[in-house]
Amino acid sequence: MDLGTIIWNTVALFLTLCIFSFLYKDNPFYKFAEHLVVGVSAGYFAIILYFNGFIPKVWEPVTQKGEWWYLLPTILGMMTWARFSKKWSWISRFAIAFYMGIAVGVAIPLEMQQRVIKQLHATMLPVHFTNIQGVWNLLIMLGVLCGLIYFFFSMGHKGVVGGAARLGIWILMIGFGAGFGLTVMGRISLLADRITEIHNWYLMVTKALWGF
Amino acid sequence: MNMNKSFHYFLFSFFLSFFFVFFANSPASDFSNTSVQAPAPPLNMKAFDTPNDNGHSITITWELSPDDGAGKSNVISYEILRSDNPDSGFVVRRMVAAGVNTYEDGGVKEKKSEDYFPSHKNFYYRVRANAEKGSSLSDVSPPAYAYGQLFHTGRTVILVACVIFTVFTIMFIRKAKKGEELYIRPLAGIEAVDEAIGRATEMGKPILYILGLGTAADVATIASFTILARISKMTAEYRTPILVPCNDPIVMIVAQETVKAAYLDAGRPEMYKEDNIFYVTSMQFAYVAAVNGIMVRERPATNFYLGKFYAESLILAETGSVAGSIQISGTDEIAQIPFFVAATDYTLIGEELYAASAYLGKEPLLLGSLKAQDWGKALVMISLILGGLAASFHLDFFIKLFAVKL
Repeated sequence: MDLGTIIWNTVALFLTLCIFSFLYKDNPFYKFAEHLVVGVSAGYFAIILYFNGFIPKVWEPVTQKGEWWYLLPTILGMMTWARFSKKWSWISRFAIAFYMGIAVGVAIPLEMQQRVIKQLHATMLPVHFTNIQGVWNLLIMLGVLCGLIYFFFSMGHKGVVGGAARLGIWILMIGFGAGFGLTVMGRISLLADRITEIHNWYLMVTKALWGF
Repeated sequence: MNMNKSFHYFLFSFFLSFFFVFFANSPASDFSNTSVQAPAPPLNMKAFDTPNDNGHSITITWELSPDDGAGKSNVISYEILRSDNPDSGFVVRRMVAAGVNTYEDGGVKEKKSEDYFPSHKNFYYRVRANAEKGSSLSDVSPPAYAYGQLFHTGRTVILVACVIFTVFTIMFIRKAKKGEELYIRPLAGIEAVDEAIGRATEMGKPILYILGLGTAADVATIASFTILARISKMTAEYRTPILVPCNDPIVMIVAQETVKAAYLDAGRPEMYKEDNIFYVTSMQFAYVAAVNGIMVRERPATNFYLGKFYAESLILAETGSVAGSIQISGTDEIAQIPFFVAATDYTLIGEELYAASAYLGKEPLLLGSLKAQDWGKALVMISLILGGLAASFHLDFFIKLFAVKL
């Protein structure tokens, strides 16, 4: 085991414990780890954007392929820098308006496709009582209908509508409960992974210091 | 004499066996074997422009060789060959397994790319059926060229749905503008907003507004911007500071503009502090660490988590709960809603997040769109019931109306 591995593993252990110390209360160790990770990640993203964004999507197309039209979105992006000046900050709104317009225009048909039509098509199931699948299909369709009724905003949840909406929220909550349990199990495995790391560090150090 | 005769017999039989051995291993015998083993060629070659694409692919179909899965049953693969000349120059484009009778020969539109596929250029195709030994070529297909389509017919249903929804929206906005009363049922999470801002004002502490990890293009983030505008206006009126740490630089810019406009709208532009809407980092858990730090140091009276959230939802909500803040959350990320339900005071589930801005604003434009959403949902429910009946009675034509082809 070389010294470098021991030092870096010890640093990793120290930072892990710094973050865990937040479970007790806010303290200087947590603040140190917090500022370190924020600073490192911000710098890391700046480099990632430069090498994975600017170089392949602006510099190379313009300088090597002569695709000068890539300069147009670049100019739009540079317009956001006008925010640094109080006098010229209004220029940045053009870029934002362009971006938001494109984003909404793309999002509406996409959402309609992914969240409405595809779901609707997948829920059109044959209902019958010859086998258990037909009954499950009926339950799925009833669950979807009741869930939709819960999300009606222009009708009060009273009478039949209220009953269906209540059934709808129950079905939603059953689904959320299952999701909660599943995700918590995933988080437990992440915790176990960190504990294992700490244990491995202990084994590594004892072996390096005392040879066992 | 007898010995001489025997020798001649021996010599004759030697040459005879040599003759058989030689011709049995000659290329000619190979040909005869191949002709026995070679599969029948694929039939009825067709090549046509791939529908609903950007004009850089051609689809080829053929009838399987009669020896594919039947007859001699010896076809193991097909090779698709292409040329721009019907008589020569065919090169292999792709090999597919036996039993496959269609192939989409496509590429990219960039001319400098190795995978470039030209549009508006005639191509001819042949398909070769391969057996263990031997192969046979189909006839040459008629010429075909690729061209792009402006309208994707497989997505007509989406267009129809968008048009219907737009008509509903315009119709109800006009009704709302005429002064017609549009009822909207109370929503606990929204009604708590006033109380939450009032509490922050009384305590003299800031409000923390988290837009989530989504980009400015996500629908949840867009919905959150409109809610942020309403809440900022209220905070400006109450003279309560609002903190908006952002995960994305573009989101930060939009949030700054939103809050600035809200303060201007409230008649208090001098109170707007751009530094209160700031970028932290784009890395998920580094962002969470920083926001957790803000929560325990600034002790905001109210935390809003509205937008797109992922694994950080529970960490944020738990820290806010420990810090003693009132918490109102909302997301359309189904996997994260349970955590918000468990750890925050009020949760806007899915579409309630989209509806929240209409609730807070009560403007005709937003109320009309909310009513249109309800009518849209009613239409979805009717379609679902009819679809269920159609599936039960095997009326597949109705279900196919809703099939989206990508």
